[in-house]
Amino acid sequence: MLIKKPDSIPSSEITSESVYLQRRQFMRGVGGLMLGGMSGLAHAVPEYPIDADLPRYPGPAWLQPQIRSSVRNNDYSTSETPAPYFNAITHNNFYEFGTAKKNPAQYAQEFKTDPWKVEIAGAVNKPGHYHLEDVIKPHLLEERIYRLRCVEAWSMVIPWIGVPLAEVLKAFEPTSKAKYVAFTTLLDPEQMPGQRSYFSTIRWPYVEGLRLDEARHPLTLLAVGVYGNALPPQNGAPIRLVVPWKYGFKSIKSIVKISLEEEMPPTSWNLTAPNEYGFYANVNPKVDHPRWSQATERRLPSSLLDPNRIETTLFNGYAEEVAGLYKGMDLKKWY
Amino acid sequence: MVLTARINWGRIIVWWSLFLSCLMPLLWISYQAWTLNLGADPAEEITDFTGTWTLRFLWLTLAVTPLRKLFGWSWLIRYRRMLGLYTAFYALIHLLCFVTFILGWRLDLLWNEVTERPYIIVGSLAFLLLLPLVVTSTKKMQRRLGRNWTRLHQSVYLISLLALLHFIWQIRSNYLEVLIYGVILAVLLGYRLYLKLRTTHLLRMSKVHSS
Ligand code: HEM
Repeated sequence: MLIKKPDSIPSSEITSESVYLQRRQFMRGVGGLMLGGMSGLAHAVPEYPIDADLPRYPGPAWLQPQIRSSVRNNDYSTSETPAPYFNAITHNNFYEFGTAKKNPAQYAQEFKTDPWKVEIAGAVNKPGHYHLEDVIKPHLLEERIYRLRCVEAWSMVIPWIGVPLAEVLKAFEPTSKAKYVAFTTLLDPEQMPGQRSYFSTIRWPYVEGLRLDEARHPLTLLAVGVYGNALPPQNGAPIRLVVPWKYGFKSIKSIVKISLEEEMPPTSWNLTAPNEYGFYANVNPKVDHPRWSQATERRLPSSLLDPNRIETTLFNGYAEEVAGLYKGMDLKKWY
Repeated sequence: MVLTARINWGRIIVWWSLFLSCLMPLLWISYQAWTLNLGADPAEEITDFTGTWTLRFLWLTLAVTPLRKLFGWSWLIRYRRMLGLYTAFYALIHLLCFVTFILGWRLDLLWNEVTERPYIIVGSLAFLLLLPLVVTSTKKMQRRLGRNWTRLHQSVYLISLLALLHFIWQIRSNYLEVLIYGVILAVLLGYRLYLKLRTTHLLRMSKVHSS
């Protein structure tokens, strides 16, 4: 599918839809509101402007009502303006579908993400192969607007929809042996052209990991949606990790396995270039990538008239929430 | 009446066709930029595009001699200077794209990049080494410098290696594209090495025979 930059939406089109949108907005979030009492949760997910010529991703039938009743968590959302939908769905790294940032949007459209199974393994009382539906259904979905900082020094603000990883893990009862969480992306060279390439230095499948306390941090999200819809296949559907204080490559996509481990698990970029990508990969303006600076970033969307370059902040601006996790650690050594 | 200097229309048409063809990549990317068709990160798109074309023009320039010698296309030499100048022209545009669209003319950042990042250092070196070649590209300079002109312009081999290194040091995981350019350069430079070795060998042989 070819996705082109749309011309700006004529205002007439917006007004003609506005009544419909208001209704939707009212319907949305009602489920969350009724739960009541939860701080920061009592806000409906807004309707995002989506250009008529861009694809929408409603997701599988079982997920749709749950996304409809998702609620914005303002306590954990930035007030910065989210990137336009176009930028978010056409510009990202997902090397399984090619190494250029426009490749995933080009080559992932036929990627089959439903039905989907996730294996829960390792140090848990309830291991097994679960339907994604059974993993997600018990939880209330939240919208979180996070900054996403790529290790390549660009960033975007993205409105994710998902469930805190901590809640999902709890349901499978990790044992006291669990110290780390390891994640694996789908291995399917037939669907993923990047995995068929003879010239890639990454060994498939893609794997990632977190320390258990990082995984249980309330900011760590398992996302199933963006922009008020399901995840597009190019953005890691049907389920991906979002760890906003770490470089984007930690936020593994299209997860098929979550395993609780005693030892620090291997991670793909660390295996590929250990001197460039560490296990922690916390956003840090003072620790440069060996080949480029991390002191500043280009916040997308940017235009040719203005690169929109901003200073990068420690832990991507989430220091207040997460600095405690790394107390006493030398962040230059544990990059 | 006898015409002393006849106008060679064929040559003029070829020259202009080539001149305009070489402008096409720039016109194309400018048009894409104007119509907002460069995707979600236009700055990176345009910088990569102009960098890639700089490399292609450099490779084309280096292809002139092997093609001339292998196929006897001696007329190609007439267009080598134009290709070389286009290489420098695209390199300048590539540099300006980087400084303008990616760095937004933040000179503090430019200074850090140029002094600290190996891939920027070799890219800058390649660009600086192109400048004396541009300045001495005229027929007049060529005549004036004589043998030294050839020696000076042999720095293009070093420039090509620096340009390739500039590309290699940007690889994140997939090296297919770089490999293709690398193999082509290996052929282009390897052919010259082969010619050189052959002539020194023939020279030595002739010495052996004549003594
Ligand atoms: C003869 C000189 C040069 C050649 C042949 C050249 C060639 C290239 C090539 C082939 C690329 C990669 C395109 C891709 O990834 O598809 C590139 C990228 C790049 N070049 Fe150059 N380059 C030259 C000079 C320079 C100079 C002088 C600078 C800056 C001072 C520079 C800065 C960059 C940057 C920053 C990128 C990466 C842009 C990005 O993807 O973010 N280059 N260049």
